[in-house]
Amino acid sequence: MATRSTVEPRPQPGSAHRRPAAGRARRRRRVLSYWPQYLAVSPFFVVFTGFALVPIMVTFYLAFHDWDGIGDPKYVGLSQFRYLIHDHTFWLALWNTLVIWLLATVPMLFIALVVASMLNSAKRLSGFYRVAYFTPSVTSLVAIAIFFFAVFSSQYGIVNATLHVFGVPAVPWMTNPWTIKIVIALLMTWQWVGYNAIIYLAGMQAIPTELYEAARIDGASAAQRFFRITIPLLRPIILFTVVVSTVTGLQSFTEPQVMFGSNAATNPNSGGPGQAGLTVMLYFYHQAFDNNDFGYGAAISWALFLFILLIVAVNWRLIGGRDR
Amino acid sequence: MSRRLRVGRRLGLHALLMLGVVVSLFPFYWTIVMATNTTEDIYRYPPKLTFGSHLLVNIRQVFDSIQFLGSLLNSLLVASVATVLVLFVDSLAAFTFAKYRFPGRDLIFGVLLGLYLLPTQMALIPQFILMVDIGWVGSLKPLVLPSLANAFGIFWMRQYSLQAVPDELVEASRLDGCGFLRQYWHVGLPTIRPGLAFLGIYTFISVWNDYVWPLVVLVNPDRLTLQVALAQLNTTHITNYSVVMAGALLAVLPLVLVFTLFARHFIADATKGAVRG
Repeated sequence: MATRSTVEPRPQPGSAHRRPAAGRARRRRRVLSYWPQYLAVSPFFVVFTGFALVPIMVTFYLAFHDWDGIGDPKYVGLSQFRYLIHDHTFWLALWNTLVIWLLATVPMLFIALVVASMLNSAKRLSGFYRVAYFTPSVTSLVAIAIFFFAVFSSQYGIVNATLHVFGVPAVPWMTNPWTIKIVIALLMTWQWVGYNAIIYLAGMQAIPTELYEAARIDGASAAQRFFRITIPLLRPIILFTVVVSTVTGLQSFTEPQVMFGSNAATNPNSGGPGQAGLTVMLYFYHQAFDNNDFGYGAAISWALFLFILLIVAVNWRLIGGRDR
Repeated sequence: MSRRLRVGRRLGLHALLMLGVVVSLFPFYWTIVMATNTTEDIYRYPPKLTFGSHLLVNIRQVFDSIQFLGSLLNSLLVASVATVLVLFVDSLAAFTFAKYRFPGRDLIFGVLLGLYLLPTQMALIPQFILMVDIGWVGSLKPLVLPSLANAFGIFWMRQYSLQAVPDELVEASRLDGCGFLRQYWHVGLPTIRPGLAFLGIYTFISVWNDYVWPLVVLVNPDRLTLQVALAQLNTTHITNYSVVMAGALLAVLPLVLVFTLFARHFIADATKGAVRG
């Protein structure tokens, strides 16, 4: 990162002769003279240390303990992780999370690329299109989850009613393990296609038009121009969107939590029929805040963190690392 | 390419884009349809596709089942206080990183970027325990303070300040005898105001829509934010869709309408960080 900077708060008087000890004292005085600057950047670090850094370290500590929030944590070594490896529900949650993420991210980013290139060639109404496509991403996820459940759930919801018009029998969307995942993935796709398209569009508009002119003169078709110029030059931005979608997509929680929250009386936060909507974050929440099993919850959150790191590293190699 | 073919292609392009607009905006339309009709009207076949006249009845039922106005006020309060604090803290830090050279600056900024990548969801359990220990659980205070640990805001504002604040102005105000804080107040703040607008809207929307942390920490059912109250309404009225959708409409519409007023500038600014980074 280029850090260009300029203003010295106070001119430093230069000195020709320097003895080492005096130099050290002077340097300390020089550093202290910047106290307003250090003070100005400190609030972030104070709050982050208190509310994120120390808690993350405590989570590491808790993962090796058994604790229900009352009394003292009991050291249990690696047994939380040993339990995790044999916990079928955890693996089911990991599988659900991965499937939902794949079903959402791949179509989402592909459609976003197509929408962005269409927006790039549309001159009229471009401001209107941008606002219309961007709006889902600022809308409350709780409200969206309620909406998707309402239109898919019932036999008489608008989705099945529309299918009926075309002679398709009603699909039990919210009870079948695969269609549950498809509905959650559709929700994510609907919410984030426009946002990603707008980001791609900004990247496309930064590509010099001479490149396309030259390719056209050389006889390249529209498809060739798209795959040989647009995609390679967008690669850093595509990598950015893939990483952001991975980190947020693999931590999905609100969608299944709100959709299947109504079973709360019997078995809260279990992820709906067949636990098909149980994501790792939701399982973490269930273990930590329904069962008060803080040690196991901490172990799950570390497992999820390592899993996200792994997937991001794979993405990085697939998309970012081809040049090297 | 002939002229007619070109016009045809352009019409086709706009037709496809309009289809996308319809998909993007249909849920808002359909939410209003469901919120203004009775549940029986929505779920009969063929369904009613137009606005009805039951909105006020549905809204009254929302008000009867959750503390809607109280939750709305709580959300407004939390989001406003967090936004003001984030704007002050982040712009001051960003201005300092962008316009002053001090020992260790680049290292400190690098650490900040590294912390940005840490998954803060992992802190949930200890954060909750901390809130219990200091007696903040159930109150609105825990919703404000952690949002100050906002590395994205500092990073984005620093990029903005690098260009927006002229070095000459800072230097001139220093020569006029302004101290550091007054340089920030009289030169920094006025020149980064458009950037503040973006960061303010961004912070307000993300705090307003936040769900996981409020759900964990708001243990008192009489004191919730709008998102948690809406989820609660959904749980208690799961089959009475028109009431739940009336609640969703009330929770979503004000923010979306206000957003569309500022949307053009906001969208242009939102993409800058990603494209440069």
